[in-house]
Amino acid sequence: MGFLGGYGQVLADSSVLGAFWVNITLTFWSAIIALVLGTAAAAMRISPFTSFRAVSTLFVNIFRDIPLTVVMVMMSLVVSMALGVQFSNDLNLDAYVLAVIGLGLYHSAFVAEALRSGVNTVPLGQAEAARAIGLTFSQSASLVVLPQAFRGAIAPLGNTLIALIKNTTVATAVGVAAQTSGLMKGMIEIHANYVFAIFMTFALGYVIIVIPVGLATTALSRRLAVKR
Amino acid sequence: MTVQEADGWSVADAPVIVSLQNVDKYFGPVHVLNDVSLDVAQGEVVVVIGPSGSGKSTLCRAINRLEPIDSGQIIVNGQPLPEEGKQLALLRAEVGMVFQSFNLFAHKTILDNVTLGPRKVRKTPKADAEKEAMALLERVGIKDQAGKLPAQLSGGQQQRAAIARALAMHPKLMLFDEPTSALDPEMINEVLDVMVDLAKNNMTMIVVTHEMGFARRVADRVVFMSDGCLLEQATPEEFFTNPQTDRAKDFLAKILQH
Ligand SMILES: Nc1ncnc2c1ncn2[C@@H]1O[C@H](COP(=O)(O)OP(=O)(O)OP(=O)(O)O)[C@@H](O)[C@H]1O
Ligand SMILES: [Mg+2]
Repeated sequence: MGFLGGYGQVLADSSVLGAFWVNITLTFWSAIIALVLGTAAAAMRISPFTSFRAVSTLFVNIFRDIPLTVVMVMMSLVVSMALGVQFSNDLNLDAYVLAVIGLGLYHSAFVAEALRSGVNTVPLGQAEAARAIGLTFSQSASLVVLPQAFRGAIAPLGNTLIALIKNTTVATAVGVAAQTSGLMKGMIEIHANYVFAIFMTFALGYVIIVIPVGLATTALSRRLAVKR
Repeated sequence: MTVQEADGWSVADAPVIVSLQNVDKYFGPVHVLNDVSLDVAQGEVVVVIGPSGSGKSTLCRAINRLEPIDSGQIIVNGQPLPEEGKQLALLRAEVGMVFQSFNLFAHKTILDNVTLGPRKVRKTPKADAEKEAMALLERVGIKDQAGKLPAQLSGGQQQRAAIARALAMHPKLMLFDEPTSALDPEMINEVLDVMVDLAKNNMTMIVVTHEMGFARRVADRVVFMSDGCLLEQATPEEFFTNPQTDRAKDFLAKILQH
């Protein structure tokens, strides 16, 4: 059996696609959380109420400035152990939920910042015109300012999504073993002679996932750009 | 012949729509509105003129509370301006505002620009709102642009769309802040024509403009502002032929040269 045949066998024995699928679903659920929380934080950041702005600023700064691994370990130590919050009796599922929440919280700070840069692309006159026809603050935010901010923020939002995809590998920190970085580590331990091939396999896998995301967000940000 | 004989009513008899009473406003140390008092009656067209920085825009913006004031009172339609919130939003819906830079919602079609207020503020059903919007767009002469985005229209068309958007709320009062200043000369008249038509239809209007032809033709009253003070109020005829203050004389001399 040659090198390729041998490595083929290693791949056949390991669930590489399954591991990538775990990272993709982690991305999906945490992206939803990040988008919802990030939008709320961005809306609070532009609100006329000082207290809302302060809360949002604090939230964004906390999760933007703490390293992701620390956030994830905090999820384990604080939420899971100290507070004793358990999302499922299934330990694997519990770890998965912790990972989704940690990733969602961390990336929501970046979504909020991306949206804030998007808000800066919306001229002040847009919000004034919205208020002048009698829209309330929340209506002018949700109907006029944020839709334009999203369009202006597609590129930075895309970058946040790409970072999130790759950052799902940090889920190991809360004990999600069945994903790519866990599998890669395991494979390298058992098949040390294929270390380079294994490494290349996972690197290539991420490139294959990330390239279309990058292309799509670039195309989308061009197509949806608000013409002024 | 007085106004009374012509229309069967006079401005003096008409109810007051906006009343500013001793309004003061500061931007830092700058006294932008200095003890301004002004009443505008139903159906009246008041043209506000004055040098750059005299506070004309701030006056307009204070009337629908886009700028809060520091002291004095502003009464719109018999009601003092409420604080920020739902009440204020409802009052703003009664006051149409047209900006120098149009400010059409850039991500929405012209039709959606006009229907947004009626649908979200007045809860008008979509079909009714669109029907009325099309009628308004026809009135301002841009019915065939309804499906386009603002950026696809000329400046004059955008400003007419912005007027239609304000009219869709059935405002009691329209504020115009230099509506033609950002336009190429050949587009100014198409916008002024729409405004003349509104004035003829008895709309109450406060218009900040340097279009003296419009002021002479349409205004019931010209108000002259300088350094935040309301220095003169007169009919256009009186004001243009016989300004009282030196500042007004200076100002008129400068703009009439052009
Ligand atoms: N947001 C602001 N912050 C600080 N100062 C301001 C602000 N807006 C206006 N001002 C100042 O207030 C004064 C009045 O401004 P305003 O825009 O009302 O004048 P204007 O008569 O409309 O002038 P123009 O003819 O140039 O439009 C000016 O001195 C201006 O610099
Ligand atoms: Mg101005």
